[in-house]
Amino acid sequence: MAMIELVDVSKNLGGKQVLDRMSLSVEEGETKVIIGRSGVGKSVTLKHIVRLLEPDAGEVRVDGKDVLSIKGKELNELHMQIGLVFQGGALFDSLTVGENVGFILYEHMSISQDEIGRRVRESLALVGLYGIENYMPADLSGGMKKRVALARAICTRPKIILYDEPTTGVDPITADAINLLIDELHDKLKVTSIVVTHDMRSAYKVADRIAMLYDGKIIAEGTPDEIRYSHNPYVHQFITGAAHGPITEGQSSIIKNID
Amino acid sequence: MILFKKNYYISLGEKVMVSVYFFGGLFNLTFQTLSFIHGKPLGVRRIFEQAKKIGVDSLPIVSLVSFFIGMILALQTAYIMQKMSSEIYIASIVAVSLTRELGPVITALIVAGRCGAGITAELGTMTVTEQVDALATLGSNPIKYLVVPRYLSLTIMMPILTLFANAIGIFGGYLIGVYRLSIRSSLYMNMTFQTLVYKDIFTGLIKTIFFGMIIAIIACYEGLNVRGGAEGVGKATTRSVVNTFIMIIAADCFFTALFYIFWS
Ligand SMILES: Nc1ncnc2c1ncn2[C@@H]1O[C@H](COP(=O)(O)OP(=O)(O)O)[C@@H](O)[C@H]1O
Ligand SMILES: [Mg+2]
Repeated sequence: MAMIELVDVSKNLGGKQVLDRMSLSVEEGETKVIIGRSGVGKSVTLKHIVRLLEPDAGEVRVDGKDVLSIKGKELNELHMQIGLVFQGGALFDSLTVGENVGFILYEHMSISQDEIGRRVRESLALVGLYGIENYMPADLSGGMKKRVALARAICTRPKIILYDEPTTGVDPITADAINLLIDELHDKLKVTSIVVTHDMRSAYKVADRIAMLYDGKIIAEGTPDEIRYSHNPYVHQFITGAAHGPITEGQSSIIKNID
Repeated sequence: MILFKKNYYISLGEKVMVSVYFFGGLFNLTFQTLSFIHGKPLGVRRIFEQAKKIGVDSLPIVSLVSFFIGMILALQTAYIMQKMSSEIYIASIVAVSLTRELGPVITALIVAGRCGAGITAELGTMTVTEQVDALATLGSNPIKYLVVPRYLSLTIMMPILTLFANAIGIFGGYLIGVYRLSIRSSLYMNMTFQTLVYKDIFTGLIKTIFFGMIIAIIACYEGLNVRGGAEGVGKATTRSVVNTFIMIIAADCFFTALFYIFWS
């Protein structure tokens, strides 16, 4: 059974048709990578899964449940099951690292301070960080922030982890460490994951399957090798990073393509 | 000419739509905030935190400004009262205009500039850095977590701050009256408290509760609806202060008229 299912999801934002009858399905235990250019709607897709956004039309199902019809307590349960790692980390800058990671435990669970402290340390250890509970987010490097954000997302031991551009904006070595971490968490926690990225190195490394989002739809999907040797001209242009091709056709200068 | 007219109506129509959208958003946020206040646990710690930021930390500037306003009022009324040899009424005029009007409005404008802008900038930054979204995915409703504590502290702190402003303003007037205009101290006190009736203070304080609500709702609304990075936060903050000022003065006019019609 598919763990995450988007069926014919359409979404118009600010007069722009961002998603146009887009369908996507992720099997239990699978790591699906969604690739696509900046502004194509990758983050918007993730936000639909946790119901930060509601589609104009279409269905979103997580673990067999219709996300759009649940409310109150059930929505909280959904949030406990899904860890979303935001692009910039989205750490609360008024709270310490420890309070950030244990946020959901402090706010929603009646467990002792000691127990929370233990679980916070455990989550931080899973992402390879030790003894930084009392730091403020502003004192951390970009790569550390991403890891702390990841630790916060896995604090409730979710069944699903959604990563929004986990390797964007960090150096290549840190990026590779993050790729390893994604693989490791997948094996250790047996999670279903979606990784949104435009970093092809990362995509090939972590993916079971890769899907390409273009013009509001998934235009191609397959294993990393199928994507690597795809004959689809759009996919080919994207993964080779060519300035000229069908994606940029009709745009008069390359400068326009720089986001 | 015709073209000009057409554009004029289009932009007028747009402006109307924007205002309708804005007020709709404000009412919606108010409604949601109230429904959370009606609900269960409120996070007392967060309310106290905000109450300190808004109330205690605003006290020095509110005191300073109202002290000067009291002195200015006394000096300005002295100008005309001395001509009519009726200086003793200075005390009454200072007391009544402060408690009924200037205390509440000046306090509201200071708090709007100081705390309203701060709230919009803080929530706006949280919005553009996706911290607000993160809150929701961590099971905490942003309105309950962010708006409710600010709304409650503002509505509670505004009357308290205004009471301080009134007292300190009257004291400023007293200093001028006694030491500059040589009115007898006991006479000044008598004239102040004889004229001042319960109603003057009370109507002033009722207004400030609504001013507090206006500041909180507009500031939070603008903050939570920021688009477009740092520039968006800057614009939203400016808009928040301007709109709050306008709404406070409009509400003041409304309440003054209301009290005048139904309570005189
Ligand atoms: N809340 C919003 N309001 C209006 N437009 C939005 C909103 N969120 C996203 N968009 C627009 O939707 C498009 C897709 O955004 P996004 O999913 O963030 O792109 P990306 O694929 O880079 O993650 C962009 O053009 C963006 O401007
Ligand atoms: Mg994005």
